[in-house]
Amino acid sequence: MHDVSAHLAHHTPPQGFIRKYIFSVDHKVIGKQYYGLGLFAVVIGMVLSWLMRIHLVWPNFAIPGLKWISSAGAPGGIITPEYYLQLMTMHGTLMVFFVLTNVPFAGFGNYFLPIQIGADDMAFPRFNMMSFWVTFVGFCVLFAAFFVGDGPPLSGWTAYAPLSAIPGTGPGQAMGQTLWAISIATFCIGQLLGSLNFITTTLDFRTKGMTLMRMPLCTWAWFITSCIGLLAFAVLLPACILLILDRVAGTSFFIPSNLVVSDQLVNHSGGSPLLWQHLFWFFGHPEVYIAILPAVGIVSHILVNSYRRPLLSHKAVIYCLMAIGFLSFMVWGHHMFVSGMNPFSALVFSFPTLVITIPFTILTLIWIGSLYGSNLQINSASLFALGFISMLVTGGISGFFLAQPSIDIYLHGTYFVVGHFHMVMGVAAIFGMFAGTYFWASKMFGRMMNETLGKIHFWGTFVGTYCIFMPFHYLGLVGNVRRYSAFVDDYLAPLIPVHKFISIAALFTGAVQLIFLYNLTYSRFKGAPAPVNPWNGTSLEWTVPSPPPWDNFGGRHPVVYHDPYQYGIEGSSGDYVMQDSPEQIQTVREDKDLI
Amino acid sequence: MATTLQPPPPTKFPSSGSRRRLKPREPGGPSTGIWVGLAAITMTFAAFTSAMVVRQGSANDWRHFAFPLILYVNTLVLVASSLTLQMARRRFAVLASGVEQNVQPAFRALYGTLFLGCLFVAGQSAAWLQLRSEGIYLASAPSSSFFYVFTVLHALHVVGGVFGLAYVISKLHRGALRLGTLSAASLYWHFMGLLWLYLLVVLRFRI
Amino acid sequence: MAKLVAVTLALITIASAVPILAHIWVPPADISTHGHLIDEQMSDTMAEAGICFIAAQLILAAFIWMFSNRKPGDKIKNFPGGAKGLVTAAFLLVGTEVLALGFFGTRAWADVFLTPASANSMPVQVQAGQFAFYFRYPGPDGKFGPIHPDKINEASQNIFGLDVDNDPDSKDDIVTAEMGVPMNKEIHLLMHAKDVGHSFYVRELRMQQDFVPGLDLSLHFTATKVGRYEIVCTQLCGLGHYNMKAYLNVMSQPDYDDWLKKQASMQ
Repeated sequence: MHDVSAHLAHHTPPQGFIRKYIFSVDHKVIGKQYYGLGLFAVVIGMVLSWLMRIHLVWPNFAIPGLKWISSAGAPGGIITPEYYLQLMTMHGTLMVFFVLTNVPFAGFGNYFLPIQIGADDMAFPRFNMMSFWVTFVGFCVLFAAFFVGDGPPLSGWTAYAPLSAIPGTGPGQAMGQTLWAISIATFCIGQLLGSLNFITTTLDFRTKGMTLMRMPLCTWAWFITSCIGLLAFAVLLPACILLILDRVAGTSFFIPSNLVVSDQLVNHSGGSPLLWQHLFWFFGHPEVYIAILPAVGIVSHILVNSYRRPLLSHKAVIYCLMAIGFLSFMVWGHHMFVSGMNPFSALVFSFPTLVITIPFTILTLIWIGSLYGSNLQINSASLFALGFISMLVTGGISGFFLAQPSIDIYLHGTYFVVGHFHMVMGVAAIFGMFAGTYFWASKMFGRMMNETLGKIHFWGTFVGTYCIFMPFHYLGLVGNVRRYSAFVDDYLAPLIPVHKFISIAALFTGAVQLIFLYNLTYSRFKGAPAPVNPWNGTSLEWTVPSPPPWDNFGGRHPVVYHDPYQYGIEGSSGDYVMQDSPEQIQTVREDKDLI
Repeated sequence: MATTLQPPPPTKFPSSGSRRRLKPREPGGPSTGIWVGLAAITMTFAAFTSAMVVRQGSANDWRHFAFPLILYVNTLVLVASSLTLQMARRRFAVLASGVEQNVQPAFRALYGTLFLGCLFVAGQSAAWLQLRSEGIYLASAPSSSFFYVFTVLHALHVVGGVFGLAYVISKLHRGALRLGTLSAASLYWHFMGLLWLYLLVVLRFRI
Repeated sequence: MAKLVAVTLALITIASAVPILAHIWVPPADISTHGHLIDEQMSDTMAEAGICFIAAQLILAAFIWMFSNRKPGDKIKNFPGGAKGLVTAAFLLVGTEVLALGFFGTRAWADVFLTPASANSMPVQVQAGQFAFYFRYPGPDGKFGPIHPDKINEASQNIFGLDVDNDPDSKDDIVTAEMGVPMNKEIHLLMHAKDVGHSFYVRELRMQQDFVPGLDLSLHFTATKVGRYEIVCTQLCGLGHYNMKAYLNVMSQPDYDDWLKKQASMQ
């Protein structure tokens, strides 16, 4: 018996609406489903942030309609202190898990990784379909928390024990927290199935000539992200299981002895709250690199196209991605400098945290250095890609403060931290998603997005997000504590004007996103038909129709002859050479990189 | 960065295989995917192990209890099932090479493995029932909590392996079994055995 | 459009730097003996980070300006030194800078967390619970009576669960809602969490540490300026987290003695 292809059943196009659009094994459909789920989640997450910002500066403003969603949480439309924290928890959970992991990684990655390596699908199409639907179930379970008992949990997306482990510690901490834990555990399983596919496909399904070094940078980023995800989500899952057992089965993994809640002794003993923190952050830190690395890859991919020349070193970018992936597992304790863990370990964790600055600096210098002497093209995608560089610099530099334990003594738990992670995750990673959308929407939907609206979207978002999140750092320097539902004391009350500025900027920037949503929806149906290669790109996705047929390459087998970024070449018929073209290539670049 | 008009240099393709797989792999070997899956499972049990170590050190309430002896019997059963599975693989390889036409020996070995796997899970259930009769439940003490967590999760993974074997058997019935599929299932099964040996040692010395 | 992006980015960069350079929002004045180390570390970091921030953003802006809308005859150029130069620069400059800062910052950290409280420090216990801080002084016998969690009762104001009748050490313990300390005296703060995680943060003291239920943690500090300072909770602990605070009153020694006597008489 010989090694027959595993996809005999897959060699006919899917029939019927359900098979084509709902329970589809086609990686392109799955990618769009992830993108759609992420889009839904980001709209909810953004609305939650508006509610939070409105409550902070106009606490007596009755928000129309809110009392119908939660009469206990927002009686008469006025948000209670607990409901603020509940909205905040859901904001963080939705954004980190269902937006930042879903869209840049599972969304774009599922769609484009197979095409970019010349494959006709992922390695395990049915597992891939399962990964989306499991994620979807996780989302539904989380969403249900809004509508049960006394609402969603209020312990933050970080769900520290014992607050998250003892049902009686606050509203939403009973059913809401349990649903949260089940949702996240389910999400882990979905992501593990996804990572399984990404890794296997990248290693085994590259087409003829596609060596690892010849893969586009976004493919590399997705590959490394999936390796990180495989190991990280495999730790969050046990953590959630143990948390669920503490909550419903009477165990004491995280709950210590002698706790008194509401004047009642808690019937658990011996557990370690720090254990939850270690497990959570061992996942949590790699998770934020899962959030940013795909955007790094997508932005690199788009910048090359916009510069019309290759980056100064393709290999250096790849090695930086690897270094970041590796180091990401060594730094988790920097979230716990003042947590009460052994203070000596703070110095140990601080070292790799500072070292991780180096690969990020190399990436930034290569992006900016490659811009020098380039032939920069401006379009919506490149605007967001350039904006990404600016945002990542800002966010990365604020991280530099927090990486030092001595400075963290003062800045931990303040708005400085919130400014830092919003800059890198809430802005930079989102810019990567926007850049990817403007770049690839034409390929995914067969229609061009409106460039004018895209540019307006960029301007409003670029200026708006700086207006929102730069002041967070100033507030942190003054010692504005985070996760407060109101600023009622003498120290913080004078800062409310700054918060008002931020809230107004947030509402404005939120409104600008409507332009994006309108553009995305309208062009989906009425945009100009997209050509095969609207941006004169070189990688394999620009060799297939827009949108590609169900088997990507229409039965042909692409062969690649060189690296994916043959731009800026003199002597060729254009200023670029497709990756699957044997046309004259730069002989120097191929084997001897500039490094 | 020199650019010259030259014919492209001889392109370096990796040695060819099917268009789907770049690396030629030994025929019938397990796919990359199963290794990736095992990496995730390893990480999960590593996380539980470190949780156990930390928990044991965080308070004085560990409460050792007697290690159920039936677990040793179950170990032998699981090891035996790996042996029968290896037998099945060898018999199937013979079938696949065309030398032998009779599928019954392969089936017997596979069914034997399946039976032993179910016997293992039944034996684990017996251990749990025995502990329950001694008043040792999930929440009785951290030692028992981890004991149940580890053994139940491992048993669930073995049940997953049982379903995988059932799938392999059904493929063999239809004459559509590939060596690669059997190899992947076998790797998973043997890994479950190795994982159990690891858990046996860890639990034996900590419970 | 590219030139507009460049100008906007430059303006945003300068606008962002202004509040820092003008010291509009700065940490409050330091009242501790170790705080100056943290403040120095912070200014050194701000200087280096500020230079990197401004340089990177302005160079990005400059390059966007210079290399967009190029004329047909222009050729692609490499950055001088190429990738090798940039990678080397990254390793050398950033590597030495971050490691130097990391190394020099260890002293501030060690002062706070790696040195034990001195033998003649004054012990004060703080208990954090949803949603208030309470403090306990050992009284003339210098000993804290044991905490009985089953006796903790907010309603009857037995905050620390003391059994005054049966534990002799508890008889003279003084429980207060605000923390009073004498100036220039080292305080050994013993931290106890009643229910969930909390945190102890006094900005002016440059001091922050979580309360971990089940763990005996402590801090030590010396306050150098008389005044009334907020102690705020910085670890999300429930719906009252935003309002969970107490006050640190730093007093002269005579004032402190009077205060403690008054508190003792109110037990």
